[in-house]
Amino acid sequence: MLQKVYDWIDERIDITPIWRDIADHEVPEHVNPAHHFSAFVYCFGGLTFFVTVIQILSGMFLTMYYVPDIENAWKSVYYLQTEVAHAQIVRGMHHWGASVVIVMLLLHTLRVFFQGAYKKPRELNWIVGVLIFFVMLGLGFTGYLLPWDNKAYFATQVGLEIAGQVPFIGEQLRILLAGDATIVGAQTLTRFFAIHVFFLPAALFGLLAVHFILIRRQGISGPL
Amino acid sequence: MHKGKGMKFVGDSRISAERKSQIPKDYSEYPGRTEAFWPNFLLKEWLVGAVFLVGFLTLTLIHPSPLEGMADPTNASYIPLPDWYFLFLYELLKYQFASGDYILLGLLVLPGLAFGALLLAPFLDNGPGRRPKQRPVAVGMMILALVSVIFLTWQSVHVVDWEARGEANKPVPESEVAVDTEHEGYAAYEANCMTCHGAELEGGSAAPTLVGIEYTAEEIQTIAKEGTGNMPAGLFTGSDEELEQLADFIISVNESAAE
Repeated sequence: MLQKVYDWIDERIDITPIWRDIADHEVPEHVNPAHHFSAFVYCFGGLTFFVTVIQILSGMFLTMYYVPDIENAWKSVYYLQTEVAHAQIVRGMHHWGASVVIVMLLLHTLRVFFQGAYKKPRELNWIVGVLIFFVMLGLGFTGYLLPWDNKAYFATQVGLEIAGQVPFIGEQLRILLAGDATIVGAQTLTRFFAIHVFFLPAALFGLLAVHFILIRRQGISGPL
Repeated sequence: MHKGKGMKFVGDSRISAERKSQIPKDYSEYPGRTEAFWPNFLLKEWLVGAVFLVGFLTLTLIHPSPLEGMADPTNASYIPLPDWYFLFLYELLKYQFASGDYILLGLLVLPGLAFGALLLAPFLDNGPGRRPKQRPVAVGMMILALVSVIFLTWQSVHVVDWEARGEANKPVPESEVAVDTEHEGYAAYEANCMTCHGAELEGGSAAPTLVGIEYTAEEIQTIAKEGTGNMPAGLFTGSDEELEQLADFIISVNESAAE
């Protein structure tokens, strides 16, 4: 039955090459922890992606209850934390995932750096990876404000003050991020929410797609 | 297609040096003990992911995510602290040479150099050798940056009393109930109900909150004497007059909370 469905689709859109691109390849010995235990360092990138998937899923569920509005944001998080079934775990996963993803990203970056795996011909993929790192930091910065508790509010205020000190574009940058040159308030929360759930994830998905396509095209770097 | 020996690639990649179309290498061209990604290797990755997920969920369960009190912009005594991965930048800006008149240095020059170098690392470190020993400058700079970041992060947090911070900023639901301890029914509440329903009628592990209930005074009196749900009968041990005062008190708190 499945084979028939596959054949039916394959006859029309020729998916076998796509399958070959995605899954049908060999994993060389030097990256396989089953052969060399020290090859576990090659897991960091995959685990970063794994935590990213956790972040996407838990974040999707959090937005079912979260209200990006200064009156209700904190209350909705408090409600989530105290009343909704299992929401404490979902929010916990999103909270801790935000830290763990930075840790894994750092480990992955260090693995690639110390192995010199960014050298020709993989320069472009390294740049894409560093951009992913920046996007992740941006996600961390904007997501920190969303619970609208004291720690979120005052950390964001400091962050925006720092952004405002950038010469020439400082004030514009602050207005773009916070909606106002001085106030951290209702506009800031809605903008951070929009940046956190729409703009940066869109950038992240694009960059991740390029990152993975380049890995498949160039193959994993050889042994040292 | 040219296969096997004699194939030339860009670096150690699978991109043909002879500018042919991008066709993945044949399995037979890999040295050593290769393994098919699908399904053999993916299963192992799955296992690693499962072990990782168990650890991650354990962390989540042991440490519930923190939530402080609702943001209060008028709170002047709050000492701000960014998330841990921004602490090093935050600490850097406290140094004299990186703040005030020299803010550009701390804000743009130093982070710009560090992150710019990270972004352009393949072009700055463009020799052929991949081993750390063959590129001492790049590796040295990275270790220097790592040590600096770890040191700055430690500098910024080693004086922070996390427990005191957590205690001082507990989340309090906004509908904070004003309990009138002068009320004539308060004594009866204190004597009969407080152990389970809490000092501010907020409820506890043994009993629900009494704020936001929709009972009449008579119903409250009945429940106090005869119990309801998990609440057993006979918990109230005062006179009828005290019972009336108690019901009146609970309703008055509810009225003040509803405002």
